[in-house]
Amino acid sequence: MASFAREFTKGLWDEIPPFRFVLGLCAALAVTKSVDGALGMGIALTFVTVGSNVLISLFRKLIPNDVRIACYIVVIAAFVIVVELMMQAYTYALFEKLGIFIPLIVVNCIVLGRAEAFANKNPVLPSIADGLGMGVGYTMALVALASIREILGAGTFWGISVFGPSYKPFTFLLEAPGAFVCLGLMLAVMNIFKK
Amino acid sequence: MARLFKLFFTVLVFSAVAGGLLSMLEAVTKERIETQQLLFLKGPAVKEIMEGCSNDPLTDRIRIKEGKEERQFFVGKFDGKPNVVAFESYGKGFGGKIGVMVGVDIDKDKIVGIAITTHSETPGLGARAKTEKSFKGQFKGKDINKAFKVKADGGDVDAVSGATITSRGVCMALEEAKATYMKLKPEILKNLGKM
Repeated sequence: MASFAREFTKGLWDEIPPFRFVLGLCAALAVTKSVDGALGMGIALTFVTVGSNVLISLFRKLIPNDVRIACYIVVIAAFVIVVELMMQAYTYALFEKLGIFIPLIVVNCIVLGRAEAFANKNPVLPSIADGLGMGVGYTMALVALASIREILGAGTFWGISVFGPSYKPFTFLLEAPGAFVCLGLMLAVMNIFKK
Repeated sequence: MARLFKLFFTVLVFSAVAGGLLSMLEAVTKERIETQQLLFLKGPAVKEIMEGCSNDPLTDRIRIKEGKEERQFFVGKFDGKPNVVAFESYGKGFGGKIGVMVGVDIDKDKIVGIAITTHSETPGLGARAKTEKSFKGQFKGKDINKAFKVKADGGDVDAVSGATITSRGVCMALEEAKATYMKLKPEILKNLGKM
């Protein structure tokens, strides 16, 4: 079980995907305008990473090396469609908010990266831990980024006003350049702690 | 040859199983997704068009088969008579399909209003077609038999500024709506008679 915990926790800080690897940024920057969108995206990605990690780890000895990427993509795409259908059926408002970024999880480097770098070589249990850790780490990173952007950029948290009506929102943070600046500052802060 | 067959076979099995399972899931969630779309997309659009009607157009709807496809018509009662039908048709915009809900007064063959349902237009430009009242409002009271063309193409529709292609897409949807309406009007009248 020690390795389960280790594989899980590495995704939370040492290898937290958007910050350490700077992967999956397109969606990460686009959905972090609001905290609820970021959380929804994080949960969707966690589900896909864990699901595809389990299946790929199970079949890792059956999949011929030459077509492994094609097989991974089929598995990942299937899980993404599951998420898409479920979101449409049960949380339609969230689906409208995330829109195009749900199908784009298929090509998210984090998911394919975990399949290729980890699930491909490890048994099921550590693969679950790895997928879960990466997913939770991604969710944490997104929620942190979204909190800063939503609180300062819109003056709200989860749609609820934080500073009252007199606050003049710093709307720059809600735009794409603001997202990059915010991400850069967060990376800088993380680097200070790393040393 | 045997190796090639194995590669081919693996990908085939993966895709077939994934496809099969997904189509099952799609069948299971289909009805719920339709209800959700009704609630979040079509519902608000129909209500916007049918403001002031005496019934609930979302429950009073008729389904008519057009070829293989089934089309839904939402019926609004004004002055106690079912005389307005609203239905969705599609045009091609800048970012993909645009869904337009068109309300038609069946006695006078006149448009009572339009509303945009689904779209993936650029926020701040084409997406304004959904919210800009002066754009949507200009169709009110227009004869459905007329040609719908933006001014740039020699017609009389004022495009949303900076979004000619989107406006063209809306016109395209209205042209399609015209065709559907003309074709199915006898059927609609037959169904309305039963209400």
